[in-house]
Amino acid sequence: MKLSTGQMTSRVWMTLVFVFLYLPIVTLIVLSFNASPMVTSWGGWSLRWYAALAKDAEIIAGFKLSLQIAFLTACASVILGTLAAIALNRFKRFPGRTLFAGMVNSPLVMPEVIIGLSLLLMLVSVQRAFGFPDRGLLTIWFGHTLLGMAYATVVVQSRLQEMSPQFEEAAQDLGCRPWQVFFLVTLPLISQAIGSAWLLTFTLSLDDVVLSAFLSGPGSTTMPITIFSRARLGLSPSVNTVATLTVAVVSVGVVLASVWLSRAERRRAQEMSAAFRGAGG
Amino acid sequence: MTTAVKPVSFLHDKLTGAWGKNAVIGVPLTFLLIFFLLPFLVVFKISVSEMDNVVFKDLFVWADGVLQLRLKLGNYLFIALDDLYFQTYLSSLRFAAVTTLVCLVIAYPFAYFMARSPADKRPALLMLVMLPFWTSFLLRVYAWKMLLADSGVFNNVAMAMGLLSEPVKMMNTPFSLVLGMVYTYVPFMILPLYANLVKMDLSLLEAALDLGATPWQAFWRITVPLSKSGIIAGSMLVFIPCVGEFVIPELLGGPQTLMIGRVLWDEFFSNNDWPMAATVAVVMVLLIIVPLALFNKYQAESTAGGRA
Repeated sequence: MKLSTGQMTSRVWMTLVFVFLYLPIVTLIVLSFNASPMVTSWGGWSLRWYAALAKDAEIIAGFKLSLQIAFLTACASVILGTLAAIALNRFKRFPGRTLFAGMVNSPLVMPEVIIGLSLLLMLVSVQRAFGFPDRGLLTIWFGHTLLGMAYATVVVQSRLQEMSPQFEEAAQDLGCRPWQVFFLVTLPLISQAIGSAWLLTFTLSLDDVVLSAFLSGPGSTTMPITIFSRARLGLSPSVNTVATLTVAVVSVGVVLASVWLSRAERRRAQEMSAAFRGAGG
Repeated sequence: MTTAVKPVSFLHDKLTGAWGKNAVIGVPLTFLLIFFLLPFLVVFKISVSEMDNVVFKDLFVWADGVLQLRLKLGNYLFIALDDLYFQTYLSSLRFAAVTTLVCLVIAYPFAYFMARSPADKRPALLMLVMLPFWTSFLLRVYAWKMLLADSGVFNNVAMAMGLLSEPVKMMNTPFSLVLGMVYTYVPFMILPLYANLVKMDLSLLEAALDLGATPWQAFWRITVPLSKSGIIAGSMLVFIPCVGEFVIPELLGGPQTLMIGRVLWDEFFSNNDWPMAATVAVVMVLLIIVPLALFNKYQAESTAGGRA
């Protein structure tokens, strides 16, 4: 089969863009197995930097802290984001809706230095007045949740938007109370979106440098802060190994999660169509 | 889809005026007021505050029956009159604009081809665009350092192949900065454009072709105008964060690539001048307020339920 000019252009353009997107990632992975301490000159295959990473106390401590913060952030973001999405999707009129929508969406694009600085100055003022909170895990969590909530809202909101209201109406007609409808009908229907939002905000938090740098205190150095300070000084083999491990965990995690979520989704779709057939026949 | 236009469901009817509605709105609203709005007011206050050692003086002073409002505008005057600050703001806007333009040129054809590819291949393509987004942004920016350095992968390979006799300087130049920003933000341009183009009614194009338009004319007079909202959304998603970008200029930029995000960072972390950092932030917010309003308007429209 011969391709038309249009199809050729399409293939070439898409391939080039994908090469552009993936070239740095492939480079990171390949060079993490480089035996040479000069990161970019090839000295044969080796696992020496992985062995060095296992003894790197700074990275390991940072990683543990980052995991804790990411877990807390994902949970808080998903709860707040789901509430905000429902508020924006179901209540078309309430005082302050425009301000509310603006405050939810702005962190998506607002430069992080602005969010980080303003949040820090506010928290310092509060700390000076009340002696609480000290900079550390808690303050980083606040900042990451502000950002994560914005992403979670977008994800959940788009699901709510395409959802048919008839299931909730049916549950209501059958005598469910509002909270029952929410927990028994709405929540299961948007659970896939909530799952994706949780994963997305988890990885966002695990990756964040700027907010963490502003909001961290002595003794609360997250892994990205450590990596960033090493990357600023120059090329470092330890960064490549961390990158490769991250890519491995993330790709496996994302693939597994999406397979699992789409399977759950398909099962529910089948159950629903079966229910409709039963009702119709 | 009338249901999508009016998603007024039972939740609305049942919860109107009830505690349920108040809780659903109130909890996230309170969080945002405390952690988003209040910090901005604090920043503004600090940018006009006088420092007394490490303590900020109160803006309002009540003495002898006179209420005084004391605003220190020195930092704003300094920014307005200092040439370096002016140049830095200008240069940040310029780099952000160039990045947005390059992203649009790369992403529009890409999103277009993706939207016109067979329906069963689209989820996989979308996944491939999203996957880098899931892996660390910091590490991907760092990777460009390895590729572009004087002794980096590109130069090494080109010299080994005899294409170059000596390394070309690519790192710490405007080129490496824009490359890094385009690389990081191009998915943010692709996704809204794709979402827009994939929904487009193709019968309009058929009609245009039937009426004698060339494919090229049909593209410029039908497809592009119809995708306007996607272009605006994508451009704002790239432009606004790029203006204040810090990590990419810090890792890939150089002495000629003035970026205001770095200035803010240095005022805060190196000079410990909090009022100055706050002033830089307030001026930056003023610069991006119009694009931000545009972005919020688009977001509100695209999620209002009334999809055209």
